[in-house]
Amino acid sequence: MKFGVVIFPGSNCDYDTYWVLKEVFHQETLFLWHKDHDLRGIDCVVLPGGFSYGDYLRSGAIARFSPLMQEVREFAARGGLVLGICNGFQVLLELGLLPGAMLRNKNLKFLCQFVHLKINNAETPFTNQGRPGQVLRIPIAHYDGNFYAPPETMEEIKKNNQIVLQYSTSTGETTEEANVNGSLENIAGLINQQGNVLGMMPHPERASEAVLGSQDGRLIFQSIISWLS
Amino acid sequence: MIDKKTLEEHNLTPEEYQRIVELIGREPNLTELGIFSLMWSEHCSYKSSKIHLKKLPTTGPQVIQGPGENAGVIDLGEDLAAVFKIESHNHPSFIEPYQGAATGVGGILRDIFTMGARPIALLDSLRFGPLDQTANRVIMEGVVSGISGYGNSIGVPTVGGEVYFHPCYSLNPLVNVFCLGLAPKDKIFYARAGRPGNPVLYVGAKTGRDGIHGATMASAEFDENLEKKRPNVQVGDPFKEKLLLEACLEAMAQGLIIGIQDMGAAGLTCSTTEMAAKSGTGIEINLDLVPQREEGMTPYEIMLSESQERMLLVTTEEKVGQVQAIFAKWDLDAVVIGRVIEGKNLKVWFKGELVVDVPVEAVVNLCPVYHRPWKEPTERGQQILKELPSHPSDFNRVFRQLLASPTIADKEWVFRQYDHMVQINTVFLPGADAAVLRIKGTPQALAVTLDGNSAYCYFNPREGGKIAVAEACRNLACVGARPLGVTNCLNFGNPEKPEIMWEFKEVVEGMAEACRNFNLPITGGNVSFYNETEGNPIYPTPVVGVVGLIDDLKKALRPGFQNQGDLIYLLGPWGESLGASLYLREIVGQEKGPAPRVDLHLEKKIQEFCLEAIHQELLHSAHDISEGGLAVCLAECCFHSESFLGARIALPPEPRPDIALFNEDQSRLIVSLSPEKEKTFLQLAETKEIPLTHLGEVTGQAITITQAGQIIIDLSVAEAYQIWKTSLPNFFKIKS
Repeated sequence: MKFGVVIFPGSNCDYDTYWVLKEVFHQETLFLWHKDHDLRGIDCVVLPGGFSYGDYLRSGAIARFSPLMQEVREFAARGGLVLGICNGFQVLLELGLLPGAMLRNKNLKFLCQFVHLKINNAETPFTNQGRPGQVLRIPIAHYDGNFYAPPETMEEIKKNNQIVLQYSTSTGETTEEANVNGSLENIAGLINQQGNVLGMMPHPERASEAVLGSQDGRLIFQSIISWLS
Repeated sequence: MIDKKTLEEHNLTPEEYQRIVELIGREPNLTELGIFSLMWSEHCSYKSSKIHLKKLPTTGPQVIQGPGENAGVIDLGEDLAAVFKIESHNHPSFIEPYQGAATGVGGILRDIFTMGARPIALLDSLRFGPLDQTANRVIMEGVVSGISGYGNSIGVPTVGGEVYFHPCYSLNPLVNVFCLGLAPKDKIFYARAGRPGNPVLYVGAKTGRDGIHGATMASAEFDENLEKKRPNVQVGDPFKEKLLLEACLEAMAQGLIIGIQDMGAAGLTCSTTEMAAKSGTGIEINLDLVPQREEGMTPYEIMLSESQERMLLVTTEEKVGQVQAIFAKWDLDAVVIGRVIEGKNLKVWFKGELVVDVPVEAVVNLCPVYHRPWKEPTERGQQILKELPSHPSDFNRVFRQLLASPTIADKEWVFRQYDHMVQINTVFLPGADAAVLRIKGTPQALAVTLDGNSAYCYFNPREGGKIAVAEACRNLACVGARPLGVTNCLNFGNPEKPEIMWEFKEVVEGMAEACRNFNLPITGGNVSFYNETEGNPIYPTPVVGVVGLIDDLKKALRPGFQNQGDLIYLLGPWGESLGASLYLREIVGQEKGPAPRVDLHLEKKIQEFCLEAIHQELLHSAHDISEGGLAVCLAECCFHSESFLGARIALPPEPRPDIALFNEDQSRLIVSLSPEKEKTFLQLAETKEIPLTHLGEVTGQAITITQAGQIIIDLSVAEAYQIWKTSLPNFFKIKS
């Protein structure tokens, strides 16, 4: 199987994601340049974290116009797996591949810290190696991660079990205090209705090696690999 | 015609002007005068500091590049080199905190990637006035946001640093930014022009009118007209710099670049003249070709602009197309604006006219060097603590107050605004004695720390200079790293005042002595004078950044206690003076000396012992004793444990408990070890002649300190932690 990591101008977790897929999980991994028009036969596309186009105008708002995004849209429509991490999640929202939008964090500051995440839906290509209620410890690093969607959309999201990961306490309670950035329903990870496009604010690539203090992020990559095998 | 007023506006003395006239053999025009005023400013020329900086040791077998380039370079063995430097952005950060700090980050990053290195870590040393004043909170909030805004966006983690508070920084905050990069040892790039005929390319952002006179501004005191200087501060664009970084590294990797220099302070002026001077050639540029974002700019404005995110690079004729293709891929301008020429002059053309024609050597190297008079201030000797303050009646209360002091309190409020994990190398999160970064694909890690205590320097600049180096190295020893190289940022008041010059000379000589003691080279840095407002200077504030190597990352040590039942030892002496301590200043309310002294011989022995004990895996934790003394150090060892482990220790009958607990004497650390390792540990200490004391053990959930059976301090770790953790955020709570 083959992974592709997209580089937008301003991406800065591209090399980290590539490193983890290639050196930690030993998967065939390619960089995909945003100006290209070819996904080069990959099985899973990752939109990495960073500040695509400086996050000017609005996080992810300009990156959605990159030429390669047309291919990503078609790839997703065909059922291909798309993972958006942090800025990648914001790009997926701007692309309309996921519902909702991101507001500034509730404390109006950039937040970089480890958080606890409860797996709410373990039957996805991205979480199938976990169990519902399992708690993961993975870092976040963002300014705009306060998820919002209008009430009718939220109804849909809940009805379709699209909430995959939620900010929680270490024991899995989705309290207001654990909701670091103020997201509706403590949403940290959201999947589309078809179940092949996941956006998540936390960085699993930063928690995939023991030396970095947590290996809980491996679960996301392992799930994808297992799904594709 | 250049008149007196014009000279004053350019911060040049009549004597300096006379020298310019002699050097170029005629009166300069205004653009030429502007060029000289920038390059001969204190900021660019080091004219007041040069004679003292020469005293610093700068060589060693590990040094690939010492001072004089954009950054220093140290050999890490194998194929890698560490490229690092610290620089100040004090003046701009006071005038416009967000942009001042942001462009400070941008500037130091360019210094690192100009050398061919990918920046892997940022650290900052920040100094502010007390937080109970709104103005200081506004400055701090702006500075932290600025660092966060730039560093996070470009994707270089801010992994550590220090934040100090003292009233002397109220009108002169300090923002010193350090950056570390990694480069292949055989691919380091320098600021040189190469041969005549080589094309000179301008790459990056377009030139605007921002930042004109930035370097001159950084070379003068502030007065009540501060607001008018705001337009002198540049505006940063981290996105543009990220593109520039990637494009430059790509062009370098493909072997397309002969020489490269960033346009930081003094912009196009500095980059053209320095590159030519280093190659002994001339250089010619045509300003009509310089990408500009404003209309009607004069040659003076274009040459003096400090617009950010620009570079000048030299390549060969046949490679121009390839360079331009790479920059086009990253959506950046790359324009040939001139050539390296025969001769020794900078020639600048504008609308078909030669508007500048001056020898580069005169501009870059012939600025007068000043041997400014110095004089020891008399009043400091009288500010010595003559009588011990009365003994505190309630040590628990004093302990709580110390933990809440912003200088000591937890800095998470600051650090969580910085992305400290991007690039996935950060092994120790901010808060340890040193930042630790793995080197991917090797068992090794790099350790970095910044240090400097200005209160010590105020009372005894020579000892303060020594201590800055000694303590930074001690911080590295605590994590298990051998120091390899130093960079320093020297922040002082107006050097034209003899007392300030004396402080400077003493600090530099102290640092030089300490560096020689540790066999450590200083590979570069920065001097920031004129840190005074309305005649009030800051305390002398040297900040040193030390880079070290951990051979086996698995053995690296953290400050926190690990296990119940572990033994706690004090390495080093008990100390005897409260002089210049944070306790004396903030709790007793007396700002008095003398400063602590450091016995460099003992210091080295203790650090080597610590490294050896770590190497033999005898220790479970190690933490340096600094501000707040032994009591605060012990508390931090508990806070950094996984589950709020407590500690019970006993003080000896002498010295008095307030002295024993809160003195800041040097060469001291707290270590913990398992009882099984005690025998080997003590044997090693004996052979190395290390003074040490068994303090007590890791036990329970409280910090308990006794003397002669009497309890002096008894506080639950959870409560102490709460005080330490919430102090800083409480200052910034949004009031409803």
